[in-house]
Amino acid sequence: MIVADRKPIEEIIGEIKDKKNILILGCNECVTVCEAGGKKEVGVLASALRMNFLKEGREVKINEITLERQCDHEYLEEIRDVIDQYDAVVSLACGVGVQFMAEKYFELPIYPGVNTCFMGVTEERGVWTERCQGCGQCILARTGGLCPVSRCAKRLFNGPCGGSSQGICEVSKETACVWHLIVEQLKVLGQMDNYEEISPIKDWSTDRAGGPRKVVREDVKK
Amino acid sequence: MKTKTPSRLEKILTAGHLAVTSECGPPRGSDPEVIVKKAEMIRDYVDAVNITDNQTSVTRMCSLAACIRLKLMGLEPVLQMVTRDRNRIALQSDILGAASFDIYNILCLSGDHQSFGDCAQGQNVHDIDSMQLAQTVRRMRDEGKFLGGDEIKRPPQMFVGAAANPFADPFEIRVPRLAKKVAAGAEFIQTQCIYNLEKFEEWMKMVVDRGLHEKVAILAGMTPMKSAGMARYMKNRVPGMDVPDEVVKRLADIPKEKQAEEGINICVEAMQRLKEVEGVKGFHVMAIEWEEKVPEIVERTGLYPRPNID
Repeated sequence: MIVADRKPIEEIIGEIKDKKNILILGCNECVTVCEAGGKKEVGVLASALRMNFLKEGREVKINEITLERQCDHEYLEEIRDVIDQYDAVVSLACGVGVQFMAEKYFELPIYPGVNTCFMGVTEERGVWTERCQGCGQCILARTGGLCPVSRCAKRLFNGPCGGSSQGICEVSKETACVWHLIVEQLKVLGQMDNYEEISPIKDWSTDRAGGPRKVVREDVKK
Repeated sequence: MKTKTPSRLEKILTAGHLAVTSECGPPRGSDPEVIVKKAEMIRDYVDAVNITDNQTSVTRMCSLAACIRLKLMGLEPVLQMVTRDRNRIALQSDILGAASFDIYNILCLSGDHQSFGDCAQGQNVHDIDSMQLAQTVRRMRDEGKFLGGDEIKRPPQMFVGAAANPFADPFEIRVPRLAKKVAAGAEFIQTQCIYNLEKFEEWMKMVVDRGLHEKVAILAGMTPMKSAGMARYMKNRVPGMDVPDEVVKRLADIPKEKQAEEGINICVEAMQRLKEVEGVKGFHVMAIEWEEKVPEIVERTGLYPRPNID
């Protein structure tokens, strides 16, 4: 999933301080799972904003809606009939949803209510960690199913750097050295021969480096 | 004996001498005298001098400019190059720049993470890694080709080095990771600072058993400790460092004002012992901001005078 984290409320207030009719728009997908932008978080943020404006003695209308997704036209269309009554939207979707909202309802200012962080997993309740950077050319077959692009701070392709110690990354004691894990996994799989093969220089043109990316599937297109 | 490059370091190793290299960290400013002074202190005691490339990710004068300065002084520079700060265009470009000044040695590194330095909020590049950089230099030199496939007019003639950490884990790849660097094209290795001699000797034995010592010249990395405090710092704070307790204790047990001298003693004793280890082809003496001690260390280890090879 796409993992996001809540923005400080002061930052959100700073963006919408002059608005009178605000829609807090949640998303029922990834940000719900990572507890940053689902229905529950929409409610929490809306209450906090109402309290804030009440304290300031200002009359601000705040509504709450949570869509199934904000990255698909059909769900964003569900609010077409009501959107005109607002002068601002705070979207708690990931950056993708915020942008798709902004594209669709371009006459309305859309503010992000979360910081979009990475593609990752729920390791345990309240802990999410990164697994993928969407480089566009998956090499997991060669690395025991563990990704050095997203999980090595230097995205090394040929083994751990000199700073890895006892399985821990030099950057943080909280972070495992993914190359340590890869070697452990290759051992389990009986694929240690993979380790000694020099990984070729990567083609980053399918990564961010190649510019905004697009997947077109003629077989799926209508 | 025939060498592949005009590198003095390669010539010394090929002739069968124990090589001695050292390093100078460039200044955090533009004063060339800092490099000149450090280089003058050690010039007759070493075969080549590494210039570090923004080590520990702290912004400094660039390695290339400082290498050129050394070259103009008649010293033999080893251009350290990290993949942290440059993409493949910049790396190849800087290699050509260095080659235009007839810099004949390069050390290919990935570089410390930027979070350790003065620009912790900066991006890192890591377009290619250190092994791929070694491959790149070899391709540029041996095939006379850019990564893109085009021909290089007057290719670089560089003796290619890499770093190795004999103490790294996981244990299973301590030697394979060296084998990989050799396969990528590394011709000399400068190791991580060695304090745990037994563990280093164990590693060397595995290296020799695999025959790697015949394919790559291993220079043992030595850094004298200035104090017990430094030993503790290296032990606890520097990633990938193996400092045994007895080394810390030996320094801590004597008065502060004598610790520096004892640090040199420890270094010299270690070098004398490692001189005899099969596969050790020389030493890389990294006296960090203590370059004035290099002559004493080299002399006391019996490695002075340096062979005159040219």
